[in-house]
Amino acid sequence: MVAHLLGLKWRLLLNGFKRSPWQLVGMALGLLYALGVLSLLIGGLVALRWADAELAHTVVVLGGAATVLGWAIIPLVASAADMTLDPARFTTFAIPPRQLLTGLALAGFIGIPGLATLLAALGTVGTWWRSVPAASGALLGAILGALTCVVLSKVVTTATAGLASSRRFKDVSSIIVFIPLVLLGPIMVGIVDGVRGSADYLPVLARTLSWTPLGAPWSLGGDLESGNAGAAGLKVLISAATIAGLLLCWHVLLQRALVTPPYSGGSSKKGGKLGLFGLLPGTPAGAVATRALIYWMKDPRYAASLVIVPLFPVLFFFSGSQSGSYGLLMILGPLTAFVMAWSICADVSYDNTAFALHLAAGVRGIDDRLGRALACLAISLPVVLVFTVGPLFVTGDWQWLPNLLGLSIGTLLTGLGLSSVISARYNIAVPLPGDSPFKKPPGNVAQTLAVQAVGMGVLALLLIPELALVAVQAFSGGPGAGWINLVVGPLLGVILFVVGVRLGGKWLEARGPEMFAQLSVNR
Amino acid sequence: MTEPRHETTPMSAPPQFPVPPQGDVPAQGGTPPRAAAPLGHQGAPGDAPLAALSIRGLAKRFGDKIAVDGVSLEVPAGSFYGMVGPNGAGKTTTLSMATGLLRPDFGTALIHGVDVWARPLEAKKLMGVLPDGVRLFDRLTGEQLVTYSGLLRGMDRDVVASRVSELLAALDLEADAGSLVVDYSAGMTKKIALASALIHAPRLLVLDEPFESVDPVSAANIRGILEGYVSSGGSVIVSSHVMDLVQRMCSHVAVVAGGRVLAAGSVDEVRNGSTLEERFVQLVGGGHRTEGLEWLRTF
Repeated sequence: MVAHLLGLKWRLLLNGFKRSPWQLVGMALGLLYALGVLSLLIGGLVALRWADAELAHTVVVLGGAATVLGWAIIPLVASAADMTLDPARFTTFAIPPRQLLTGLALAGFIGIPGLATLLAALGTVGTWWRSVPAASGALLGAILGALTCVVLSKVVTTATAGLASSRRFKDVSSIIVFIPLVLLGPIMVGIVDGVRGSADYLPVLARTLSWTPLGAPWSLGGDLESGNAGAAGLKVLISAATIAGLLLCWHVLLQRALVTPPYSGGSSKKGGKLGLFGLLPGTPAGAVATRALIYWMKDPRYAASLVIVPLFPVLFFFSGSQSGSYGLLMILGPLTAFVMAWSICADVSYDNTAFALHLAAGVRGIDDRLGRALACLAISLPVVLVFTVGPLFVTGDWQWLPNLLGLSIGTLLTGLGLSSVISARYNIAVPLPGDSPFKKPPGNVAQTLAVQAVGMGVLALLLIPELALVAVQAFSGGPGAGWINLVVGPLLGVILFVVGVRLGGKWLEARGPEMFAQLSVNR
Repeated sequence: MTEPRHETTPMSAPPQFPVPPQGDVPAQGGTPPRAAAPLGHQGAPGDAPLAALSIRGLAKRFGDKIAVDGVSLEVPAGSFYGMVGPNGAGKTTTLSMATGLLRPDFGTALIHGVDVWARPLEAKKLMGVLPDGVRLFDRLTGEQLVTYSGLLRGMDRDVVASRVSELLAALDLEADAGSLVVDYSAGMTKKIALASALIHAPRLLVLDEPFESVDPVSAANIRGILEGYVSSGGSVIVSSHVMDLVQRMCSHVAVVAGGRVLAAGSVDEVRNGSTLEERFVQLVGGGHRTEGLEWLRTF
């Protein structure tokens, strides 16, 4: 039975590759990336072989403990748990629980995260290739540690299955994840500073952690190398007991979860509140803009791209404070304009098959394009203006203001025009509605990358006048070119915006059914 | 085992109606002037009124599989037309091609004489569509979604507002009008999609599986709404698996299987004395009763 479950998981993984050759290309690229990271990691672990034993022990235990924590937390917040072998699907098959649990736990290693963890854990055997006991201890520890990771993540996902299937929790958690991302720079520096300040504290932390379930398995190699056979024995017991305890928890939780499916009822709300629909113009384009604005706020996939914008000033200000020169802050406005305008490239893809409503209602292409572009403009214009003017308060280079304003507004409008054309013609691989913004999108990743790359090239070409005027001021120093750009940027931007919306509208009207057919493939 | 007596299959390769739909086909691009007035009996002296929906030789191939193989149907104005067929018969594909959602390889469809594929924007104004198996803009509340559907069609905001509240009341959705559609049950989702298809008072309703996962009380409500709509001159075409429902509800029926029309006409013509279900099984075949599976009775 265990072999059956493993075979099933393997078959599911292989069939996942089979959907289209292009998907295979995308997967291969992703796999190559994962392999690169993994080989770096394993290489580093092997290189530790020649490091001081104390240092190697600290690194391995802390890294291992972080990995275990990651396996517990990431599936929870990213709603990215691997549910291909959801235990609920086996309820009707009457599989003995012991075999089911063993099979599911081992199947957790078939798949990229599981396999990567196992391989990296085995890399620690290289670290402790110093003596026979140390290496064999590391081998045992690697297996115990990797098993702890997989089983722990199963316990966490089973325990929170009811919670995680509620839409509100998914929406909120997928956005909360961005907050540490936004603050990533400062957090990293804080950690580095902390490490620098208290380098002698880390070994202590590692030694303490090595007596907890998080660190015990990773500590075996180091303990045996330094001759602490007794400690190593105790830690094997700790690890084994942890796994046994987790399996027991999992078993109990599973028994309960299988007979009490999550309650998904919500409170019902009376109508009467039309929200933005009561405020914006009641025309087709106005309705599309209203709908898009509501989605920018309520759909985590859009909200994610909004939450990521504040990352830029934090990042740039931070790197400025490190290097002492804030010059880089000046590109904040144009960069934000580019990112936000580019985000509606995938607008129709985000709709997925809900686009059928536009198609069936006979919405004119230009109304569709205009509504979406205006909604994005309404959100991004204030942000871009603030991000263009704000940095000048830090740098004081006020002579750059007209030039940067011209470039930012030009980039925003041109980008919106171009995105309106691209999203009318090409389907971009994005997470499905209701899925986490982090989830690997189904569909043609390779084509998406190609379209994005070519699109950005075209945008750079369209922005040549504005960029040239920036260059002129950079070399001549006089503000004259800046004043010209303040006129040229918005003017050219408006023209390209109108052209893009019209052309995109025409294409969408002509190829609406084909677009819909493409969208229906990934639903 | 299909007897040839009701073979109505490729009924109308030549158009049966003398209306010239090709005469005013505009070139791609520019929107034709909106046909505000219904295209009545123009140029058809003393002839039968235009069919509400006229499907002519529609065909579609997906890869190696021919999903729809030359389907022709006439849905008379004021009829309640049922389309029945086994899974994979091509019902959804046919209806998608008739409503402008899927481009046919061959053939075309006319809505009250307006060619769906030559004048799509104009034709789509005349019909309300409930597609099967598509998502909705489900981050809107039910009320917002129906309002959106009305505004998209260029309707006046006040008219939309009054119709939305009436529709929600008629479909028992008032209590949940302010909840997000993503939190609706399957049946409620179906009903809110139906409301979105009705908001602009179309002359033809194309409903793909409208009763699927709808509770019996709501189904009766929907039937009442549709019957009232038909009796005041509207036309409906529904696809369904439920033979009994189609037999009681519809005036006309088409039996579709393997991408072809096996029989079409008024319900009484098609069922020809037996029940629709018996006739259906007879036409479609595959109703072998109890060959094999003896072990199932041995426990």
